[in-house]
Amino acid sequence: MNLNWLLPPIGTKAPPQEILLPVKTRYIAVTLLMALVLDLLALPGVLQQIRPDFIALTLIYWVVYHPRRVGFLPAWTLGLIMDVADSSLFGQHALAYAVLMYLAILLYRRIVMFGMRQQIIHVLAILIASQFIMLGVRMMAGADFPGPLYFVPSLLGAALWPLLFNVIRIPLRPRADPDVV
Amino acid sequence: MEYSPPPFFKRGPSLLTRFTFFTVLSVVLLVSDARFSYLQVLRQAIATVVYPLQRLASLPSGLAARVGDFFVTQSQLQRENEQLRRQELLHTAQLQIQKALESENQHLRQLLAMRDRVPRDFIGAEILYSHRDPFTRRVVVDKGLQDGVRAGLAVIDDNGVVGQVTRVFPWASEVTLVTDKEQAVPIQAVRSGLRGVTFGIGYDGTLELRFMPVNADLQNGDLLVTSGIDGTYPAGLPVAVVSNIERNAAYAFARITCTPAAGVSSFGQVLIVSTSDKVRENPVPDDEPGPKSKRVKK
Repeated sequence: MNLNWLLPPIGTKAPPQEILLPVKTRYIAVTLLMALVLDLLALPGVLQQIRPDFIALTLIYWVVYHPRRVGFLPAWTLGLIMDVADSSLFGQHALAYAVLMYLAILLYRRIVMFGMRQQIIHVLAILIASQFIMLGVRMMAGADFPGPLYFVPSLLGAALWPLLFNVIRIPLRPRADPDVV
Repeated sequence: MEYSPPPFFKRGPSLLTRFTFFTVLSVVLLVSDARFSYLQVLRQAIATVVYPLQRLASLPSGLAARVGDFFVTQSQLQRENEQLRRQELLHTAQLQIQKALESENQHLRQLLAMRDRVPRDFIGAEILYSHRDPFTRRVVVDKGLQDGVRAGLAVIDDNGVVGQVTRVFPWASEVTLVTDKEQAVPIQAVRSGLRGVTFGIGYDGTLELRFMPVNADLQNGDLLVTSGIDGTYPAGLPVAVVSNIERNAAYAFARITCTPAAGVSSFGQVLIVSTSDKVRENPVPDDEPGPKSKRVKK
């Protein structure tokens, strides 16, 4: 699938390649768990409606920057957990995350080549696609369109992408002085 | 796998295969949940595993509320205390009158050989959080199977009807608010005695009273209370206040919107109203001639 025509390269450079410490599976699990807690966090009022999906963002990060570490199964299981926690239809988030994983794996080789600005656009496209899947599922099950606020989480999530990129990498950066433990 | 030699030959099934597999699996789950409501057991199992995480995630908001409570001025507390005392006095007086009326009522009912009213218990519960799912209006409360909560029970707060328990987990349960799109409450207007059913429309703060004729005897500001004919909600609880009526003779029905009486979207304490099952299951005794229609369990 050629998506070149969608995104002409604008003059921003890809983030410089860093030498990172090896990623432990435990660390990936911890980040996903933290994302889950962030997603479950009780927030007042409208904040609850516009909170970005941190699990989706974290999954995209691991697929893009450490490919073949997170597979479909953990993503799908997290989707089931979100379905129970949100009491949405069983399989709704699971399906959305499967689509998200597919798109992310399909696109990760291009995404790392782009600068942050274009990466944000890619992430936004993936997030919106997964939200459209959920919207389609629910509308087929008889729900109404919940209003324009529905897509705000994707916008916010894409805007948070550079921040997430930096925060997840903090424990992975080697210490400045290797002699100091 | 980044730091091991690349697996040139064995890479597992292709991307499209894996994607198709998980998509089909999800769709199977979706259909079995939406059409047949299987998988309750699986849902409960996952809910039990996730429960500690959910409690953890609802801690910050609870903490924020507690910190807010800590910084209350003394004068504010005194004022509130005084107000509560006055209310308490008033309520005690009203309660005494009510007790007298209740015994009288029971006596009269016995004289008239009418069936006794359904005895009701109340379970106090606290709203943990509202659901993130933007398609439904639901909240989660901290009482579940362990406390005797069952699906179908009514939930009220100090102002009126909040909703109905729709799903029960071991330590928590889900309450669908009256503003949810699929939630209906049988009501009666206090002023005119008119019966009807309110439906949620899926937005906060609005209910709709459907299938009322254009000339229905309703006005803005009319209080709607539960009629009690469904056996779920106790009769006489405030549900909503009529806020807008559009009478258009071109249509068969008037368009009536109402504002819910209870603080449906605010966090706080609620009461779960439980009834004895026997009364609900079989409203017509066997020896009495009457329609033998089976009640559909909700």
